Amino acid sequence: MTAKPSLFPSFGRLMVYGVLALATAFFLLPLCAMLVTSFKGAEEIRSSALLALPRGLDGSAWSTAWQSACTGVDCNGLRPFFWNSVAMAVPAVLISTVWGALNGYVLSLWKFRGSDALFGLLLFGVFMPFQVVLLPMSQVLGWLGLSSSIGGLVLVHCLAGLAGTTLFFRNYYAAIPQELVNAARMDGAGFWQIFWRIVLPLSTPIVMVALIWQFTNIWNDFLFGVVFSGTESKPITVGLNNLANTSSSVKAYNVDMAAAIIAGLPTMVVYVLAGKFFVRGLTAGAVKG
Amino acid sequence: MASSLDIAGINKRFGKGDKSVEVLRRVDIQVAPGEFLILVGPSGCGKSTLLGIIAGLAEPTEGEIRIGGQNVVGMPPRDRDIAMVFQSYALYPTMSVADNIGFALEMRKMPKAEREKRVAEVAAMLQIGHLLDRRPSQLSGGQRQRVAMGRALARQPKLFLFDEPLSNLDAKLRVEMRAEIKRLHQASGTTSVYVTHDQVEAMTLGSRIAVMKGGVVQQLGTPSEIYNRPANTYVATFIGSPTMNLLRGGAQGAGEFGIGGAALALAAPPHAAELLLGVRPEHLVLQDDAPWRGQVSVVEPTGPDTYVVVDTAAGNVTLRTDAQARVRPGERVGLAVSPAHAHWFDARTQERVA
Amino acid sequence: MKKNSFEAWLPRLVVAPAFVLGFAFIYGLMVWNGVLSLSTSRMLPNYEWAGLAQYERLWDMDRWWVALKNLGIFGVGYVGGSLAIGVLLAILLDQKIRAEGALRTIYLYPMALSFVVTGTAWKWLLNPGLGIEKMVRDWGFPNFEFGWLVDTEMAIYCVVIAGIWQSAGFAMALFLAGLRGVDDSIIKAAQVDGASLPRIYWRIVLPALRPVFFSTLMVLSHLAIKSFDLVMALTAGGPGFATDVPATFMYTMSFTRGQIGLGAASATMMLATVAALVVPYLYSELRTKPHDR
Repeated sequence: MTAKPSLFPSFGRLMVYGVLALATAFFLLPLCAMLVTSFKGAEEIRSSALLALPRGLDGSAWSTAWQSACTGVDCNGLRPFFWNSVAMAVPAVLISTVWGALNGYVLSLWKFRGSDALFGLLLFGVFMPFQVVLLPMSQVLGWLGLSSSIGGLVLVHCLAGLAGTTLFFRNYYAAIPQELVNAARMDGAGFWQIFWRIVLPLSTPIVMVALIWQFTNIWNDFLFGVVFSGTESKPITVGLNNLANTSSSVKAYNVDMAAAIIAGLPTMVVYVLAGKFFVRGLTAGAVKG
Repeated sequence: MASSLDIAGINKRFGKGDKSVEVLRRVDIQVAPGEFLILVGPSGCGKSTLLGIIAGLAEPTEGEIRIGGQNVVGMPPRDRDIAMVFQSYALYPTMSVADNIGFALEMRKMPKAEREKRVAEVAAMLQIGHLLDRRPSQLSGGQRQRVAMGRALARQPKLFLFDEPLSNLDAKLRVEMRAEIKRLHQASGTTSVYVTHDQVEAMTLGSRIAVMKGGVVQQLGTPSEIYNRPANTYVATFIGSPTMNLLRGGAQGAGEFGIGGAALALAAPPHAAELLLGVRPEHLVLQDDAPWRGQVSVVEPTGPDTYVVVDTAAGNVTLRTDAQARVRPGERVGLAVSPAHAHWFDARTQERVA
Repeated sequence: MKKNSFEAWLPRLVVAPAFVLGFAFIYGLMVWNGVLSLSTSRMLPNYEWAGLAQYERLWDMDRWWVALKNLGIFGVGYVGGSLAIGVLLAILLDQKIRAEGALRTIYLYPMALSFVVTGTAWKWLLNPGLGIEKMVRDWGFPNFEFGWLVDTEMAIYCVVIAGIWQSAGFAMALFLAGLRGVDDSIIKAAQVDGASLPRIYWRIVLPALRPVFFSTLMVLSHLAIKSFDLVMALTAGGPGFATDVPATFMYTMSFTRGQIGLGAASATMMLATVAALVVPYLYSELRTKPHDR
């Protein structure tokens, strides 16, 4: 990275590090609080300081959160919700990524009259408030026999994610020169062969971005989860919210915190392992093209 | 197995009605089997569009393209048996050089052993046998160009198309590759159509040249015809460097042509309208006692020749003389034209008169 | 003349489901929702014409006005705060900081979390009596009060804080990328011309960030308008409906109170707001970009 001359003289640099340290504290505070609280016993929470390390590592909150905490009527912990989320996220992420790749391929390398205009219209789907489809979609799912099911959630996520994944792939494939496709056509390759042999091998970075972006959004979704799911199909975000909001007599904050960490863990792990793709997804989405 | 190529009445229009743009207009060219046709002209003249139509990557609005007598308009590129070399080479980035060259053969389901043999032959012909396992990103510009050519050669098609393949190379490589292309054409004898904006390439490579402007073929002929008998001022000034000098003037009496106050001993052809006299720089000579005089403004020595720009009453003219000439800026000189090398054009229509 | 019809139609065929289903989902359902908002639907959807009655009811409701006011407060606070902190952190991180990579990861990780997780965590932190209030009191400020979460007037600011925590890193990432994209030679030329560094930042670097600023503003604004998860997890719209926002209002009316027509009307209002913001932006983006292919 070519260096810009520093804006701040040396005493100023102390200030810079100071502010950055403050920011670090701000961003890490909730995580630390959650972690230490989840390992404390109930009375210890009341007596000790917010950020104090737990006296011993009491893991009971964790097992409660996973398998016996109450989330409304049932008291099976987050485990069933976790697996619901998995069953919903895996197909939805895979389908929406593949679908987006195919659409992006056509819209960048096989353009036809009106394809750019149609794409522009599709783009609104990236920004639209989904509140506006909730009511009609419930009806549609009912007609399809998919209401309150994981299949219904998968369908909704695929439709909702369509604009975003198509945008990613189309912008990425726009950098592939049309001459490359022309050369392949002259060599006798057809539509699918060009995709399979030439375009797809070039797609690894954007596939990673799309997978991570979609996984994060779908796993973390709450709106669709709470509107379209039934008792057997609620995803983990709904489970967590129910768990943390059940008005039982004694609030078990350690369980709440453990549950929150469990719910956030998969996307956090993905972020830590593949963070740069995550950032690329963010910047690709906001700065169009 | 060289085929003939017939470009018959090709029109290409974009848009409709009043807002339509005509990119190609009534293009008619017959290419004999084994010929090397050059399409030359500035950007936007339609040459690449025409090439795309021949290849099948675009469709004409009207007209036919006949390869070996068969009209191929409407046929997808893969069925036309044409190989193309692109300006940017368009090599498949994730495949090795060998796979790049053999890709089309693979698409035609040629058995692997046969394919590898053909790839090796072609690579030997182009001296890139040692690069077969590399990826395109590991090659230099000149090497990539050879791979692109190898990809086309391996197919042994009816027709070769070249889309400005040398434009991305540096000057020295360009000269080398030009000779290489000529050599390969002589060896394979395949009918070829070559698009370029560089008139030197056009003159050295082509058996015939089509000079294009604004979608219209201005002149179709051998390099010698194009150079020595240009059909209009556009062709005259496009081919030849430095460009031909064009001078306005009028016939004065018998056997004299007056320009800028001086009378040249030239018999202009009988013509109703005003005439333009065209003279190539190498046909202007310095003559101390000539009536037409001017002042030297710039002297450009280029090694073998020297170009001299002279300011005359008829405008600036450039002449080419040998390196020994001792001319200096500011000198007053006389200029003469030999009648055998005078080109005459109608000043209004720009067409050749004689 | 044989047209290579199959080859020409295959791409259209492949992309057709996306357009058909996509437009049905986006525009078809949008229209349907509009129809519902013009009906008398309550518990169940019906298609009895009600004209603009639902909209009149909507604009008559105190609760809707509270939701709008909260949207305003939240919107300005969340977007403004995230932008400000984002720009600040980006400029600081651009100063050749050691451990820049680690810091970037720390500032950005909240974006990877669900708003529900964020809401749950901050609910704990902002818990009067056990959260930050207790922490500061333990540090020796026995009269420190931080009961915003249960205060009808201040609760919405808790949502703002949690929101900024989640998204400031995102703004920072975008601005940092933008800063890095500023051509060094322009800065060096300005220095040769004798400009001081702060001046250079003010007159050259920051203005160059305008496109990034606008696209970040766009994304954050539409996130603010849509925010549902965060509010539900942090306050459930409470206390009472003091932290209601249009998104939670819509949900409650449609799915808990059996007021489908009213809910649909509120959804349409949300759509109108987002459209007013986004459509001009999208239109200008798509038009001014050179159509190179």
